[in-house]
Amino acid sequence: MAEPLLAVYNVSKRFGGLLAVDAASLFAEGNRITALIGPNGAGKTTLFAMIAGFLKPNGGSVHYAGQDITGEPPHALARLGIARTFQIVQPFAGLTVTENIAVGAHLRHRARRAALAAAVEVGREVGLGDMLDQPAGTLTVSGRKRLELARALATQPKLLLLDEVLAGLNPSEIRDVVPVIRGIQARGITILMIEHVMQAVMSLSEHVFVLAEGRIIAQGPPEAVAADPLVVEAYLGHGAAKLAAET
Amino acid sequence: MTRLSTIALVIAALAAVPLVTQSNTVLNFLVVALLIALAGQGWNILGGYGGQYSFGHAAFFGTGAYVTAILQVRYGLNAWPGCALGIAAGALLGAAIGALTFRSGLRGSYFALVTLAFAEVLRIIASVAPITGAGVGTLVKLDLRWEAFQFQSRAIFYWVILALVAVSLVIAWLVERSRFGAYLIAVRENEDAARALGVDATRVKLGAMTLSAAITAAAGCFYTQYFLFLDAGIAYGPWISVEALLTAIIGGVGTVLGPLLGALVVKSLGEAARLVTGDAPGLDLVIYGAVLVLVVWFAPRGLMGLVADVRAPVRRPSRIAQEATHG
Repeated sequence: MAEPLLAVYNVSKRFGGLLAVDAASLFAEGNRITALIGPNGAGKTTLFAMIAGFLKPNGGSVHYAGQDITGEPPHALARLGIARTFQIVQPFAGLTVTENIAVGAHLRHRARRAALAAAVEVGREVGLGDMLDQPAGTLTVSGRKRLELARALATQPKLLLLDEVLAGLNPSEIRDVVPVIRGIQARGITILMIEHVMQAVMSLSEHVFVLAEGRIIAQGPPEAVAADPLVVEAYLGHGAAKLAAET
Repeated sequence: MTRLSTIALVIAALAAVPLVTQSNTVLNFLVVALLIALAGQGWNILGGYGGQYSFGHAAFFGTGAYVTAILQVRYGLNAWPGCALGIAAGALLGAAIGALTFRSGLRGSYFALVTLAFAEVLRIIASVAPITGAGVGTLVKLDLRWEAFQFQSRAIFYWVILALVAVSLVIAWLVERSRFGAYLIAVRENEDAARALGVDATRVKLGAMTLSAAITAAAGCFYTQYFLFLDAGIAYGPWISVEALLTAIIGGVGTVLGPLLGALVVKSLGEAARLVTGDAPGLDLVIYGAVLVLVVWFAPRGLMGLVADVRAPVRRPSRIAQEATHG
């Protein structure tokens, strides 16, 4: 097997007495969509933050394209081609949509004009074409999610970390955004996504990791993972797993 | 975004003032207002565009002023290179304080307090150190020749400070149109999001602080050459920290023309108050306080924000329209 683009080995994170992530390992193969799922409080966002350089792990290592990137700061990782979105959207509220995206585009374009032109292009691609001159603060939730995507895409990443881009969207909005994510994959960008919307996980991802109480408890193709009693138990409790097995 | 032609127009209009009036009172008033505008523009680069509110820009003003004065008085250096070194010293101090504060992750009110502390420490040192003349202060010898960076005519002094202000406006204009400026504003708006997009937040803030300190130090250099006297209270006193941030906030933070407009308005108000009440000490400070409260309350984006609203009322799509297009 070829070396995966991203490989996380036995990464742990401790906050005081709480072991938020406990020796978790996962990998994301190039040009694929890999999903990370798990119940609330499982440590998914913490694991993400360690991959993206926002938190330093207490143990373990993160490798990207064959290089050890453990503990590198986020801006250095962005330069290497790792971009992330935030679960709680973080727009530059005072700036217009184009200006927001241009901050990402500046990573590859020094000149203001080139960055703005690239920003407009990416904005149209994610479906923000009509809102480019609006202040980001006036966007709807779905608009803000698209803006998160656009800013990250503008950095021209090889690996895109998506933290619940579909959360808070209604079913019709989800139907609109799913093809956008597929389009990103089609451009050859590897995606690792945290997602709660199972319908999207099942339809988009090829490999799923399940994190519960800081540990990876299962992994595999989405259908196999969804049927795994351990996973059902983690989500619904012990009784439910037994019930599911009997039916 | 302010256009270059607007800047040129404003500077040209101000440059014409000495042609209309030779009144020393008017020119002196305008020189002081422009001096504050320059210090305020320095503050604006870091505070306005970068969102890092410093309460201690006196540290840079005073360093620019003292280095200019001491090099002339004690080392016999000419005023022109003295001034250049004063600006360099201010920039260096800005970089040093920035490195200490930003590297340790100080943000918001912690950053404000630490900058205030640096300025106060420098004021106390300057008030006892022999090299600054301690309590007596430093007097620069009167030598009204342009070689000594002193001018017989007040109008020339006025044009010199106006030229410095013009340079500071162009610097702000360039910042608005550069990657550095885009990164700086991104850090102001949301530091974590900026870092995720490849912005080295510490480096950007450090660059802004260095530039900011250099501009405010230039105001200090000019102060020395214009008034020819310094003591610790003038150079490092809280007055200049307060005036630098007030003019920028009242004029409009993160705008090219805000500090200039703010300085002219605030200084005019102070002068008007003095005319009405006689020389009641501290009254100008009361006025500043009242104006600041009014501006923050009614025009949080400052006078430039009011100007923008009058010229192009913001069209906010109504909630219903938004839901109709997205729902």
